[in-house]
Amino acid sequence: MRNGKSAVRDSFLWGLGLLLMLAALYMVFAYVPTEKNTGIVQRIFYFHVPLAWVSFLAFFITFIFSILYLGKRAVKWDALAHASAEVGVIFTTLVLITGPIWAKPVWGIWWTWDARLTTSLVLWLIYLAYLLVRGLTAEPERGARFSAVIGIVGFIDVPIVFLTVNLWRTQHPTTIVFEGGLTAPMLATLLVCVTAFTVLYALLTWQSARLKTLEAEFRRLTMMQTEKEE
Amino acid sequence: MENLGYLLAAYTGIWAVVFGYILAMQRRQRRLERQLARLQEQLDRAGKTA
Repeated sequence: MRNGKSAVRDSFLWGLGLLLMLAALYMVFAYVPTEKNTGIVQRIFYFHVPLAWVSFLAFFITFIFSILYLGKRAVKWDALAHASAEVGVIFTTLVLITGPIWAKPVWGIWWTWDARLTTSLVLWLIYLAYLLVRGLTAEPERGARFSAVIGIVGFIDVPIVFLTVNLWRTQHPTTIVFEGGLTAPMLATLLVCVTAFTVLYALLTWQSARLKTLEAEFRRLTMMQTEKEE
Repeated sequence: MENLGYLLAAYTGIWAVVFGYILAMQRRQRRLERQLARLQEQLDRAGKTA
């Protein structure tokens, strides 16, 4: 299904992704000093924050490709929007898993219904609906149209999630990254982790979009074959 | 090393989910390859009988 050139390019990109992820793990566990107030568990921050940022990016990409799909109705735009939402949901799931694991030893509770946590859960539910709505419609094209609308309207929640910590008083910390609250090694580690997760997101989305395009093509060919037989 | 268990749980969870997704994608790709091979066979048969 793939030619030699694209297989070499894929191997190179996955190799690059792996190297970046190994560098990120090295910096998290061996390079960056332990934070004084919350101790070793603060190291969850270096994956938790990039996962959240990259899921925002994923939903932005879904927003853009959903608009393109509704405008042009090309399968490739839907495949990219769908793949990006899928990876975004996986990353948001990880944010919702790592957050409580970090919260328990620091706050003493797993979960609280504050603005940041609640809007993050709502964001996850919106894009879960984006994925589920496709399975609920008999015609794939109709499902793609419905989910594109969710992908556009649902994006409203992304800036809300981002701004919650500044607009309301929440249990969740404010955006310390932008307020200069990190030391140089902490910032360097965070940036390497953000880069590693951005590359991982791009690889997973590209791979998934390619698969979805092929699946759509297969459905089209099967329908043609069935019509011929009839 | 207080709270090491929480740290390990978080990182194990992340990798379990990421690898789970990659494996699911690989499974989908293999299934699609099988389906394409079956479709090719059908097309070949139809071509011979025509």
